[in-house]
Amino acid sequence: MNLLSTRKLSMNFGGVQALLDVDFDLPQGQIRALIGPNGAGKSTFVGAVCGRFRPSAGRVYFEDQDISQLPAHRRIGLGMAYSFQITSIFGSLTVYENVALAVRRAVQAQAEEIVERVHMALDRVGLLDRVEQKAGDLSYGHQRLLEIAMGLGQEPRLFIMDEPTQGLAASEITAFIELLRGLAGESTILLIEHNMHVVMECADTLTVLNFGQILAEGVPSEIRADSRVQHAYFGSSIDA
Amino acid sequence: MDFAPHLFLATLEGAITAAVISLTAVGLSLVFGIMRVVNVAHGEFFMLGAVVAWWVASTLGGHAALGFLAALIIAPLFVGLMAALADRLVLERLNYDLERTIVATIGLLYVIQQVALMTFGPDARPVEAPFDLRIAIPWFEFSDTGVNLIWPWGLATTGYKLAVIAAAAIIVTSIIVFLKRSRFGLMMRATQMDSEMASAFGIPVRRVYCVVFGLGAALAALGAVLIVPIQQAHYLMGGDPLLLSFIVVIIGGLGSLPGTILAAVLIGMSDGIISVFFSPTLAKILATLLVALVLIFRPHGLFGHHTS
Amino acid sequence: MTKSLHISVLTSLVLLFFVVSDYHDGNLARIMVLAIYAVGYNLLFGYTGLLSLGHALFFAAGMYGLALPIQHLGVSPIEAFAMGLASAATVSLVIGFLALRTTGAAFMIVTLMFAQAGFLALLYFGQWTRGDEGFVIQQADRIIAGIDFSQSTERYFAAFVLFAVAYLLIAWLISTPFGKCLIAIRENEERAQMLGYDVHRHKLLAMLVSGTLSGASGAAYAFLFGYAGATFASVQYSILPLLWVLLGGAGTTIGPLIGTAFAFYLIDISSHFTTAHLLVVGLAIVLLTLFAPQGLAGEIRNRLISWLP
Ligand SMILES: Nc1ncnc2c1ncn2[C@@H]1O[C@H](COP(=O)(O)OP(=O)(O)OP(=O)(O)O)[C@@H](O)[C@H]1O
Ligand SMILES: [Mg+2]
Repeated sequence: MNLLSTRKLSMNFGGVQALLDVDFDLPQGQIRALIGPNGAGKSTFVGAVCGRFRPSAGRVYFEDQDISQLPAHRRIGLGMAYSFQITSIFGSLTVYENVALAVRRAVQAQAEEIVERVHMALDRVGLLDRVEQKAGDLSYGHQRLLEIAMGLGQEPRLFIMDEPTQGLAASEITAFIELLRGLAGESTILLIEHNMHVVMECADTLTVLNFGQILAEGVPSEIRADSRVQHAYFGSSIDA
Repeated sequence: MDFAPHLFLATLEGAITAAVISLTAVGLSLVFGIMRVVNVAHGEFFMLGAVVAWWVASTLGGHAALGFLAALIIAPLFVGLMAALADRLVLERLNYDLERTIVATIGLLYVIQQVALMTFGPDARPVEAPFDLRIAIPWFEFSDTGVNLIWPWGLATTGYKLAVIAAAAIIVTSIIVFLKRSRFGLMMRATQMDSEMASAFGIPVRRVYCVVFGLGAALAALGAVLIVPIQQAHYLMGGDPLLLSFIVVIIGGLGSLPGTILAAVLIGMSDGIISVFFSPTLAKILATLLVALVLIFRPHGLFGHHTS
Repeated sequence: MTKSLHISVLTSLVLLFFVVSDYHDGNLARIMVLAIYAVGYNLLFGYTGLLSLGHALFFAAGMYGLALPIQHLGVSPIEAFAMGLASAATVSLVIGFLALRTTGAAFMIVTLMFAQAGFLALLYFGQWTRGDEGFVIQQADRIIAGIDFSQSTERYFAAFVLFAVAYLLIAWLISTPFGKCLIAIRENEERAQMLGYDVHRHKLLAMLVSGTLSGASGAAYAFLFGYAGATFASVQYSILPLLWVLLGGAGTTIGPLIGTAFAFYLIDISSHFTTAHLLVVGLAIVLLTLFAPQGLAGEIRNRLISWLP
């Protein structure tokens, strides 16, 4: 079954055609990477999926339900989580409270259970020793990890991550790959990523976006061999 | 007097309000459009203009025209410099943050008002018009013998009032030409579009802000100098022009100059006309509600067009 | 720790009554009533991050919601107080519903305009409201169950109880998930939305609580000090709670009380030397925005006690 589908999704920013007729299907349980050159429309696409932007045209389906008209918070309520490309946390609140905000919204539970879930999410990204620190005081890399922990705290069925490894140190990236693999059974993941190492290590399938349209789709080895993809990235294909 | 001549007089009064408000509102609009600062003290710069005009005219003595002309130059210059100083001392240090500058200009409002009260006093004081010319207006009457010209009693205006309207039109036109044609106008427009880009291209953005804030205040002061011979100077006179300019700037579309001028004419005229025939309080209630609703349902103003 | 802070703040207010002179008792009663207004304003501005320039409308809705029925319909004080609260709640819901469609500068101007329309309406219907001049609520109408609230002791403790309720209500509210979400909206509205929170509904509720508390302050003021007048609906009264909250520290529980008391005594003391209160207020606002944007309690929190709620 497809957890997420879009049909003819288009987005026009006052003349800039950021998306054009995107038909996209993401089966339950997959880790899907969404790649493409800068400005290809990746962020715009996931933004339209989770309701940050209202697309100019097209439909979005979540578990075969048409959610095109739902506001963002209702879509999130259906079981999506979204982590921002630009770090987006609550700076003056503690690390704990940042994640607790995410947990409380997603699960109805007793106070102790919420504490437990917050700690679990923080533990998975390795921030457990910083629960009481002010989020705004964390280093950039830790803020990105906190952002991911907030998403984990939501226990989403679809986890959308927009360039989660941007700004992480090499060791943190390795830990992140581990984390993603651990998530594989739990939720479906739509991952926007520029780091090809992460993509090739984690993704089951890749979708390549270029100039707002889907250029190619396939398993990592297929995409690697696709001359159109090489062309989009390098201006010419490597074996040509 | 019949209804028609009465309406004509009301329209004339409306045109004067429109003339003065278009000057103040253009000042407010420039400051908001270019600096993204909502200047709550704008009305006090207006008041300061009137007070300085009185001060200049009464110190100079001599012929009324002499004092008035001196005031016409000195008052806007002085008020503009004060505003530029406020920009340097306060707004610049707040990094032109939208919310903090609103709060700070509220503080400035109180300071200016109180200083005016302490120096100028609580009384309203007149400035003499530069020339005294009463113009009776003829009207038409249809009778058995055809159309007659009559001179209804009370249907009259002063030459000075007409001069105010003309002067405002000239000043606003020259501002537009200045913005379109001059080098500084170009710098201002570039800053408005993208201040970071402008600064990357070597435009002294901070200095542009300082001049714009001074210019905005000077325009308010200029409007005030024009109006003092008709309406006396008083330390609380800033409230109404502030409210009206706000209304005009919002209806015209925040930061859009042509919209602002169109709205000034519309609002000034209707304010004048409604106040003559109905209660001025009711006119103001309707106007304030209109502004609120325009901002809620047509945030780009009645004349603005939507860009995303 | 926060609990003991709240207890000591409230106990000192009780003790102060016995310590200071009658003159200051009167001042403190007024400060506590006005501090309710500041507490209400702080919920919207300090915790939710919405800067309204029209809260005098809610204050006046409470004030006139109580005073007009007493004056013209002969309603009992308790009923009239409920009417004051109900009218403030209704007005804040309607204004919130409309104004929250805008953000930033537009929100400030919209609230300012609605409040101005309300102020002008009070003048327009001067036949009933007596406009700027206002009207006095007779001593006979200020007695509940034999207790005369025009007397200074009764008045002081009535003001204290109302303030304590408002203070504890907000202290509790911001510790709940609802309150945390308001802070989250202040910090990063889009993020709060993308965690699944209905941002608009939260803001509307914050507006409702904030406006109703402001109205409670207005109603209490009219009842305890026996007067209602249109000046309380003017722009100046929309700006005052902003000033108090900024002075005391936005987004802190004790900030509003500190700020109100500070501003009150600043004017009280400076009026012994000069008639220029507004100059003092104006300079205080400018200097604060420049040098202590977090207010007195904010500075204390930054420098001394980091756990200050
Ligand atoms: N709010 C907006 N207004 C106008 N244009 C926009 C807006 N957001 C995105 N765009 C444009 O839409 C296009 C797609 O942008 P998008 O952010 O989706 O790209 P992306 O694939 O995420 O790029 P990157 O890898 O750099 O994050 C770009 O040309 C961008 O300039
Ligand atoms: Mg992107």
